[in-house]
Amino acid sequence: MSKRFLSHSLFRPARGVDQSVLAENEPLVRSLERRLFLRQGLSLGALTLLTGCDISNKESVQAVLKGFSHWNDRVQAWLFDPTKLAPTFSEAEVMKPPRFNAFYSIDEVKPVDAATWKLEVGGLVKDKRPWTLDRINALPKVSQITRHVCVEGWDYIGKWSGVGLSRFLQTIEADLTAKYVAFECADDYSGSIDMASALHPQTQLTTHYADEPIGDPYGFPLRLRVATKLGFKMPKWITSIEVTNEYPGGYWEDRDYNWFSGL
Amino acid sequence: MTSEPVEPRNVLVHPGMVRITHWINAAAILIMIGSGWRIYNNVPIFPAIEFPLWATLGGDPDLTYARNSDVGFSNALLWHLAGIWLFTVNGLVYLVYGILSGRLFRKLFPIRPREVRETIVDALRFKLAHDDLTIYNGVQKLLYLGVIAAMILAAISGLSLWKPVQFQVLITLFQGFQGARLVHFLCMSAIVLFLFVHVTLALLVPRTLVAMLTGRIRAPSPTSLEPAE
Repeated sequence: MSKRFLSHSLFRPARGVDQSVLAENEPLVRSLERRLFLRQGLSLGALTLLTGCDISNKESVQAVLKGFSHWNDRVQAWLFDPTKLAPTFSEAEVMKPPRFNAFYSIDEVKPVDAATWKLEVGGLVKDKRPWTLDRINALPKVSQITRHVCVEGWDYIGKWSGVGLSRFLQTIEADLTAKYVAFECADDYSGSIDMASALHPQTQLTTHYADEPIGDPYGFPLRLRVATKLGFKMPKWITSIEVTNEYPGGYWEDRDYNWFSGL
Repeated sequence: MTSEPVEPRNVLVHPGMVRITHWINAAAILIMIGSGWRIYNNVPIFPAIEFPLWATLGGDPDLTYARNSDVGFSNALLWHLAGIWLFTVNGLVYLVYGILSGRLFRKLFPIRPREVRETIVDALRFKLAHDDLTIYNGVQKLLYLGVIAAMILAAISGLSLWKPVQFQVLITLFQGFQGARLVHFLCMSAIVLFLFVHVTLALLVPRTLVAMLTGRIRAPSPTSLEPAE
């Protein structure tokens, strides 16, 4: 590279950099350096607390692990067959009541009042009118007896009935080419799934379990059921649905659980 | 004795490919077992069996909770599902190399029941011969074949647990999701048992450890051995 070329580069101003800015802001620069030093010292201190040779809490290790998790999201989206149905089972195998699971214990459940409950819809949808439970129950109902699998390793067979999410998204004229469908819940839980899984024939907004209105501890009046995902991907006590192209994350996803978590 | 002492020779026991895949696999197996134990502890299959926290991988529970409000279960899952790539890609490289080079079948077959019986009897009499590390005895063949099978089955049962809908045929084969979990657990148990024997013997006969590091060994008898180059 010639010297002349270098001096004309946009990244090498001919007259050099004005150093007076640095001098004027010297106290700020010093305080930033001090803070950086403090932070590095703290992380070094934290490292010494580590027992054994477990390096899990190192930032660099976490970055690599999360890189693999994002890669796994892509692999799972590729493995996902939108026409492949989860196996179905007989009525006799249905567990009643279903197994309770939330990020708190069953006695802390705050029941939702169906009379005042409303489902908000937003984002990339044309019809943004909120829904009452009666209007949702008036939509055509679908049923499935499928296996529920928890990330912890337990599973059970359940019967879920409600409106197909695909049908619901069409009803509210959602942009079906959007990337994500996000959910918010009465208990401050949140979650999001990919559009391909949202449109799967066994993905539904569930109002009934084992032919009865779904019970208070299990998500009344509305929960998500996705036969092709792990349990934590199915928010309960849903209060709003948003269609979006911006990654929404979710309660457990923000705590380092894999986002796609497909079955 | 009139014959001159035999000059010790450098003999290639393990080609580079075998040594590299062996040590990558060692790391991968430790990651899979350590994180797998932490995942298992969350909801044990057998309530009486729980793994000590120090032997698991997933971070210090307090530190992990401070960073992401989770005591390390999600951390262990991250390890496990990152480890699958190290484990399977490395394992496939080893198997493809072993099959294409013919080494795998040359080393592990034939397994003759009589040979296995004799090795066991020799071992019980503390008369086991190790002078030739390039040839496996009947028990070694059986154990190596067994642990390779256990690792393949661990990978298949693991795949069915990760994708029980996409690979539902496998779940049917394993008699349901919990069946697949049990198979996965038993494969881990077999691998851990193998590791116990494998590491103990390697420490008892350190020449084998050196051979897996350098690939070569100074052999006392040149008669039945492959030449170095």
